[in-house]
Amino acid sequence: MTNSDLQTLISSWNSELEFSEAESQFLNITVKPEHLHELLSQLKSNTETSFDYLFCLTGMDWGTDLGVVYHLESTTHRHQLVVKVKTSDRENPTFDSVCDIWSTAEFHEMEVFDYFGIKFNNHPNLKRLFMPKDWVGYPLRKDYVDEVNMIIK
Amino acid sequence: METTFEKNSFKSEEYFINMGPQHPATHGVLRLLLTIDGEIIKNVEPDLGYIHRSIEKMCERDSYQQIVHLTDRMDYLSAHINNEAVCLAVENALGLEVPERVKVIRTIIAELTRLASHQLWWGVMGMDVGALTTYFYGFRDREMINDIFEETCGARLTMNYNIPGGLMFDIHPNFVQRTKDFVAHFKTKLPEYDTLLTGNVIFQKRTKGVGILTKEDAISFGTSGPVARASGYSCDVRKLHPYSAYDRVNFNEALFTEGDTFARYRVRIQEMWESLAIIEQLIDNIPEGDYKTATNAVIKLPKGEFYQKVETARGELGVFIVSDGKKNPYRLKFRSPGFSNLSALKKMAVGSKLGDLVAMMATLDIVVPDIDR
Amino acid sequence: MNIPLSITKNIHDWLFEVMSAPVATVVEKVLIAVAFLGFFALAGLLLVYMERRIAAFFQLRLGPNRVGPQGIFQTIADALKLVSKELTGTVKADQFLYKLAPYFLIVASLMALSVLPFSKELHAFDINIGVFFLIAISSIGVIGILIGGWSSNNKYALIGAMRSGLQTVSYELSVGLSILTIVVLAGSLQISEIIEAQRNGWFIIQGHIPAVIAFMIFMIAGTAETNRAPFDLVEAESELGAGFHTEYSGMNFAYFFLAEFINMFIIAAIGTILFFGGYLSPFGITESIPLLGVFWFMIKVLGLVFLMMWFRWTFPRLRVDQLLTLEWKYLLPINLFNIVLMAIIVWLGLTINF
Repeated sequence: MTNSDLQTLISSWNSELEFSEAESQFLNITVKPEHLHELLSQLKSNTETSFDYLFCLTGMDWGTDLGVVYHLESTTHRHQLVVKVKTSDRENPTFDSVCDIWSTAEFHEMEVFDYFGIKFNNHPNLKRLFMPKDWVGYPLRKDYVDEVNMIIK
Repeated sequence: METTFEKNSFKSEEYFINMGPQHPATHGVLRLLLTIDGEIIKNVEPDLGYIHRSIEKMCERDSYQQIVHLTDRMDYLSAHINNEAVCLAVENALGLEVPERVKVIRTIIAELTRLASHQLWWGVMGMDVGALTTYFYGFRDREMINDIFEETCGARLTMNYNIPGGLMFDIHPNFVQRTKDFVAHFKTKLPEYDTLLTGNVIFQKRTKGVGILTKEDAISFGTSGPVARASGYSCDVRKLHPYSAYDRVNFNEALFTEGDTFARYRVRIQEMWESLAIIEQLIDNIPEGDYKTATNAVIKLPKGEFYQKVETARGELGVFIVSDGKKNPYRLKFRSPGFSNLSALKKMAVGSKLGDLVAMMATLDIVVPDIDR
Repeated sequence: MNIPLSITKNIHDWLFEVMSAPVATVVEKVLIAVAFLGFFALAGLLLVYMERRIAAFFQLRLGPNRVGPQGIFQTIADALKLVSKELTGTVKADQFLYKLAPYFLIVASLMALSVLPFSKELHAFDINIGVFFLIAISSIGVIGILIGGWSSNNKYALIGAMRSGLQTVSYELSVGLSILTIVVLAGSLQISEIIEAQRNGWFIIQGHIPAVIAFMIFMIAGTAETNRAPFDLVEAESELGAGFHTEYSGMNFAYFFLAEFINMFIIAAIGTILFFGGYLSPFGITESIPLLGVFWFMIKVLGLVFLMMWFRWTFPRLRVDQLLTLEWKYLLPINLFNIVLMAIIVWLGLTINF
């Protein structure tokens, strides 16, 4: 399915989505956090889209907003899609976990929690994955400061 | 299973053991928290971060030329392919067309890297199931590849041969001949691998039907590379999204459907044959020309998001660059194949024996720096 | 012509000449003990060297070749290093058992060594239940492994020790039954009589089919008894680190290590005695020189030791349930059937005699 077909189909499910193809090789969808889980599970279960392969899950800090970028691929149709979700709540950013849709998300969401402090509802085992358990702060956030270990040029 | 005894009359107690971070079978510093009942594994909990070097954070500070040098420290067994991933991402973002010569050389070296990685894996796989001799056989052949690398780019493991725009130097004059010698040599030695280990009854008993990962699970856990292909999921990036010179070579994607440890083993053995075939097709046809295209001294990527995937020896490595137009990326994410593959370990291992876990981890071919980054 | 070369008899006579009878007896016993201890140490070092060289040749390496001619003194150097090393241990170990375990193992293998006949005259302890004694003693060693693994207070060591327990208990049966098959043929438990009965052809030829089956089972079970690959689950280094001796260092570790090699030697020696005529020369070619029995015995034993090393460096390791399946579902029934077969053959006089 081409990107424009995907856009027509997916926009028929939910009118609040933002679509963009600028500055990226994929079709980007930005979704509101409350619709995230619903959209993603529909993207996987719908036979026309069937995005069953989550090949990358990236935590992002856009300066003001924190968010997650989901790179999806369909193993049957071989089309790809990027879904983004953002929140401006930097104190307690929370999204719904997608590890019930793609099992691989369990590890990737732990990584995002570790680096960005983004919490995931319904995640079975949310903990620091790479950093020590008593680490303070979330190192990949843009406002993270560590005067001892970071050298800023 | 019902027994004639009252089940409670034998009180069995689960206990934890700590496998790693220093353990011969965890290939580096992976730590597994195992819950075991006797020999049967009840739960596997990987604990990562023992070799975490915050490469993604460092990348946000470094220029693109510098980033390349960090990537070969991730999956050190596929160093060249990791370098290539970043270089391709940068080149695609810049719209830079590299010379044909570069593409072909990159592909040959990438396949040599894959061979070297699989040779090491094969040796270690044998060692993990208790056949120590395989290790030395694997290393005998791997040495030849490392010698070729050393001659061409000065390093044997972490190579740094790629730069955005091409290669750091031209190939060594001996490169073609030595590679041909190696291919001829290894074609006679690869059947030895089968006679030593593949055909062994004990080995087959140890691996067949063990650690089964179904196709659905393989996709859901985001596995890639040999692990996914052993489960019947065709995911070879070289076929699906060809890069460098893979669009002009003929090779088969090694695909098995059993999804067990033995299938993962056979995928890699077959991949070695395919790699040899790819090298043979290209080695005589290295086009003349430049070994790099000129780039600006300071590479600034246009604003935007760029994703590049390559097939390393372990699977699909993704480089996700978010650029804001500066000389360093705003955010750079490595989608490492080992990380996703490792997440499937629990699914495979629960219910099997301790010895099976070791064999499974061997066929997942874990490189811990690649997972921890 | 019979060349009188009775060294042991000469020494015995000389001792009783110069001393009174009770003193001479004690001195003689001590001499025998010292000789065995010396042999034990030498054989252990030689076997370790042999294993390392053979492993190296299997693995496209050279092996130790620097210390002394062909590296023959390498193991002596290693032993010296181990002696000089600090004995580290865990604080939480059960100290008494922890220190006792290596001696248990080493004493068991020493005792088994004492009944081996190196030649017709170099046979220290020829009791009438020799074979039975060997089986009984060689299974004591597992207690050393068990208490060593348990007292280390280490879960890996404990798993290794438990595996060792179950492995030895299972394979003990097969070793015993395959030896019994030969005892049926020999009609005696005394080692000297078993060997003398082979003057008309080694038992592996005399007993033909059942003897060959018994020999194969004996080698498999014997390898398992000594906890060597492919049955080295006890110290499966890729699974358990170092297994039951994870927490041992220095000389305590060396005892475990030496005992493993001596056990291998003992299993090979039993195999030689039962199947290949012990110290008898092939076709009686050196019958006139009894002392050459030592040479033949060692040749045969080292041949079998080489076989076990061959197993070790070419086979992967079994899994613990496969280990038990092999024993209880295959070896044991075959073995029981084999004894009956051997009994029938002996009863009908179908043995091959030269």
